[in-house]
Amino acid sequence: MSNATKSILLAGVGGQGILRASDILSQVMIEAGYDVKKSEVHGMAQRGGCVTSHVRYGKKVYSPIAKKEDVDILLSFEKLETLRYLNFMKPDGTIIINNTEIYPPSVNLGESKYPRNVVEEVTRHFNDVRVINASDIANQAGNMRTVNTAMLGALSVKLNIGIKIWEDVLHIAFPENVFKENLDAFNLGRNA
Amino acid sequence: MKRLMSGNEAIARGAYEYGVSFASAYPGTPSTEITEEFSKYEGVYAEWSPNEKVALEVGIGAAVAGAKALVVMKHVGVNVAADPLFTVSYTGINGGLVIITADDPSLHSSQNEQDNRNYARFAKLPMLEPSDSQEAKEFIKHAFEMSSKFDTPVFLRMTTRVSHSKSVVELEDRVEHEDTLAIQHNPQKYVMVPANARTRRVEVEKRMLELRKFSETFSENKIEINDTENGIITSGMSYNYTKDVFPDYSYLKLGMVYPLPVNMIREFASKVKKIYVVEELDPFFEEQIRALGIDVIGKEIFPYTNEFDPGVVQTAIMGESSHKEGNVTVQIPMRPPNLCPGCPHRGLFYVLGRLDAFIAGDIGCYTLSFMKPLEGMDSCICMGASIGMAHGMSHALKEKGKGKIVGVIGDSTFIHSGITSLLNTAYNNSNVVIVIADNRTTAMTGMQDHPATGTTLQGRKTKELNFAALGTALGIVSVRTINPFNIKETRSVMKEELSKDGPSLVLSNAPCALLRSKQDEKVTPLRIDPDKCTGCKLCLRLGCPAISWKNFEDLSDTLIQKKTKKQEGIATIDPSLCNGCTLCEQLCNSGSIEEVQTNE
Repeated sequence: MSNATKSILLAGVGGQGILRASDILSQVMIEAGYDVKKSEVHGMAQRGGCVTSHVRYGKKVYSPIAKKEDVDILLSFEKLETLRYLNFMKPDGTIIINNTEIYPPSVNLGESKYPRNVVEEVTRHFNDVRVINASDIANQAGNMRTVNTAMLGALSVKLNIGIKIWEDVLHIAFPENVFKENLDAFNLGRNA
Repeated sequence: MKRLMSGNEAIARGAYEYGVSFASAYPGTPSTEITEEFSKYEGVYAEWSPNEKVALEVGIGAAVAGAKALVVMKHVGVNVAADPLFTVSYTGINGGLVIITADDPSLHSSQNEQDNRNYARFAKLPMLEPSDSQEAKEFIKHAFEMSSKFDTPVFLRMTTRVSHSKSVVELEDRVEHEDTLAIQHNPQKYVMVPANARTRRVEVEKRMLELRKFSETFSENKIEINDTENGIITSGMSYNYTKDVFPDYSYLKLGMVYPLPVNMIREFASKVKKIYVVEELDPFFEEQIRALGIDVIGKEIFPYTNEFDPGVVQTAIMGESSHKEGNVTVQIPMRPPNLCPGCPHRGLFYVLGRLDAFIAGDIGCYTLSFMKPLEGMDSCICMGASIGMAHGMSHALKEKGKGKIVGVIGDSTFIHSGITSLLNTAYNNSNVVIVIADNRTTAMTGMQDHPATGTTLQGRKTKELNFAALGTALGIVSVRTINPFNIKETRSVMKEELSKDGPSLVLSNAPCALLRSKQDEKVTPLRIDPDKCTGCKLCLRLGCPAISWKNFEDLSDTLIQKKTKKQEGIATIDPSLCNGCTLCEQLCNSGSIEEVQTNE
């Protein structure tokens, strides 16, 4: 186990299941033997605003939030939100983008434009960029609310954690009636 | 057993493990989950009080009867509770009394970012501050121990980042500390008439002396000597931020932030060459340490405003910013929070924003309606201020203000601190229309019950406050009820009431959209017929997250006909977000909004 603290930043829009995903990720890291801290802000921000969650793990973690240029992996649930947090990324960091667009109010009102070239902009600055269609995967898994587990599947490929740990944590995290759908979404995300 | 817990969950757990069985609170971010979590433990009593002053008085009563009482509030809640606070410092407590103040550096969900460490000094009470969830669980136990030992209320200060971040906590079993419950008569201690208060006042200073001594040996004030060139004096989350970027510096970590361990600070100062005081918000430690004649570096390099992070601390000390911002050339639209689709506030504030009136607003989700496109609010100061401000404005403006002043307040906020102000509008007669935006819950903090919902925190059915009867009892002659999902009715009732002399009360009644979705109410979403939409954008004035604008060039469907030469596009409704509230249908001129037909 490396001594250095690693940081994963989950970002997206309220309602996408980001906090649930970061809870699951944190539990996986605990099961893998790491010290873990995670941080997010609730309250007013949850009403359709940006949502982020920092997950940090290592031998001994102090700060629950990462500083700028210190995040190893950005798991972005919405295309535009990816851009908002690029300055948190290490230059050689990994970025996983869900190919979904959710328009902010100013775009809906026609006052600003939703940027058309998000992925191009990201790949201009970073080498390790993956785009997945988590909504399609969730659809395929039979439950639109499994976008977050599909994203975790894609993330799991970048982490050296035994698949058994992921499965066990997912099993505890979800009630039996939706566990299968979530596990399917996770595996589809893994192979996406 | 180890578990990942938020700071708030850990406080609740710690209180439970210590045998605490009494809690009172008013919800407020970032403190709310402490009481919610605590209320779920077996055998405890927990209540939502109508406001923080009542919550503290309830806690004092329980403590004087011998219970260990936990009272929980956000930082601005302590302002509301300040009256009993300053005097319970004199009387002391009998059982145990711990007050949680959850501060909000960066104003994530608050109207100001006051530093409540100042209250500890002001009210002469000890204060502890944990830095993570494990400490939160331990410190709540220390706080109750100190409370009983020194016969004093004890503050435990959280900040948003400690409350809402999660870290690993070692769970322990509950230890039954039996409360010695009894009615005891001790008027010299508890009747604070001047003669008695003067005597107790002396006791307060004696207690402060003892607490100063105690702080020198308190186990959670810790010195770590590493590199002796650089020393850090800090507490709470700032410790983690600093330790993250400067693991090899020496530290004095203060678990007790008031009173300070003076000898320990002197000892630390003698061991390190240079001292940085790392603290968010006010120079609370810095000023006291400088007053000891010790030279430190503080607010000349660290910001006064906003919460810190490891980068802020590193930049302040190293004098350089390591990150290169602004390498993204794309314009990134902001994503501010918004009222939910189907929110009952949307219709009300659509109407209010279009009245020729000053809308004195208040604290709740509806405060968001000050933003474009609703622009339905002109002020928001604190819980309950809407009614008092409207009344004051009416008397100052006299004829000029007639028919032009509205105060609008949520149900829970009205109960918290609007009732006495409404009484004042009747007593001192002003020309105002007061609207209670009653959505049947405390929505913004996450759907807590209150005295008008008919249910208590622990799920018991109870009496329901009747706002109309209350308004009448307070002396309001004109009390009306509206359905905020009916724009026409809302507008005409508001106009009628504004034209009347004397105060009116309008009850805007419709449950929160989240409350309805929680109750699995069936909804039929709406759609916009692209062949009928004229692109007039009237529906966009609602700022509904389910409605979006599509320019013709962005549409894949090229068959849509322009209805006018000038038409640039059409509005669309996302059926997965829409809950069929029909406000947009009421505004639509072209009759293009209709229910989605399901093929079942």
